[in-house]
Amino acid sequence: MADFEPKIIAFCCQYCAYAAADLAGSMRLQYAPQVRIVRVLCTGRVDELWLLRAFENGADGVFVAGCLEGTCHFQQGNLRARKRVQYVKKLLDEVGVGGERLEMFFLSTAEGPRFAALADEMMAKIKELGPNPVRRKSEARGETGESG
Amino acid sequence: MIVAERKPLAEIETALNGCSKVLLVGCGGCVTVCLAGGEKEVSILASLLRMSAQAQGRPLEVEEATIQRQCDREFFAEIREQVEECDLVLSLACGVGVNFFAEMFGDKRIVPALNTRFMGAAVAEGMWAERCLGCGDCILDRTGGICPLARCAKSLLNGPCGGSQEGKCEVDPETECAWQLIYERMEQLGRLEELEEILPPKDWSRGHDGGPGKVVREEVSI
Repeated sequence: MADFEPKIIAFCCQYCAYAAADLAGSMRLQYAPQVRIVRVLCTGRVDELWLLRAFENGADGVFVAGCLEGTCHFQQGNLRARKRVQYVKKLLDEVGVGGERLEMFFLSTAEGPRFAALADEMMAKIKELGPNPVRRKSEARGETGESG
Repeated sequence: MIVAERKPLAEIETALNGCSKVLLVGCGGCVTVCLAGGEKEVSILASLLRMSAQAQGRPLEVEEATIQRQCDREFFAEIREQVEECDLVLSLACGVGVNFFAEMFGDKRIVPALNTRFMGAAVAEGMWAERCLGCGDCILDRTGGICPLARCAKSLLNGPCGGSQEGKCEVDPETECAWQLIYERMEQLGRLEELEEILPPKDWSRGHDGGPGKVVREEVSI
């Protein structure tokens, strides 16, 4: 487990979390380099299937980062995303992957340091949980988990 | 529409036990509208089944298809080959669709992925409620458009009963008393006096109690 390098996918809203990640970079803040960011126009666009496919294709953890409550550029996209994340958490529990591998965060453009802290926090949690069971088996069979 | 819900994954997986290639078939009718068995739900369930199989280290090939309706013969033609090539079909249609699917493909095992709940309406986003029992002899004109058969826990034709308290049903304090609703609606319509007329016992043979229903219309038969 010591050499476990988690793969984490972050779906970030371009109006807040993506800009916060950008700010973290400008501030030269170090955060877990294994976090791969996918920019979205609004977290309300994040589909249940995107989250499931991320895990199916080998992600060990996924987080969705949207605007602070009440500040969504599209009114309620972040709140809809939160409900969707809750739903997918239940699906992941049902399938044995574990809902705790998926999280939703809310932050503002100005919170570069908080973005870095959340990314590290997520990384620490996933390291503790270990590899996604779907990935573990596929890698044992020599598959890369990078397809799709 | 017919409202359905997905079965627990464990129950579905038990039914799939031993098969290596499964075809998931969605239905573009009611279950698409109630978000239980349309194209998207097929993809979600397929993803869950693949992940679960992979996590348990057992091989499982999952194919996906969605046809316009599973309660009409002509729509099955496009998936005939896929059905023939798989070990088992998991149908995400209502019970009608699963029955009809099995009739169409006699030598194939067709397994339901949904539990069919009731005939109902989308009363709010993400909420569906029962509205019709399919009794075969509609009395909605006598009850202000509110069905006491579907919405009263006792299906009373002449209510309310003593369990109606402050407009709620004694069975569940969250459930509105259908007869209270009927009273209020009839009052609103200025037709309260019609409620004094006793509704006679119902002929249940026109519904399911009369055996499997069948409607035949010669003018449209070929």
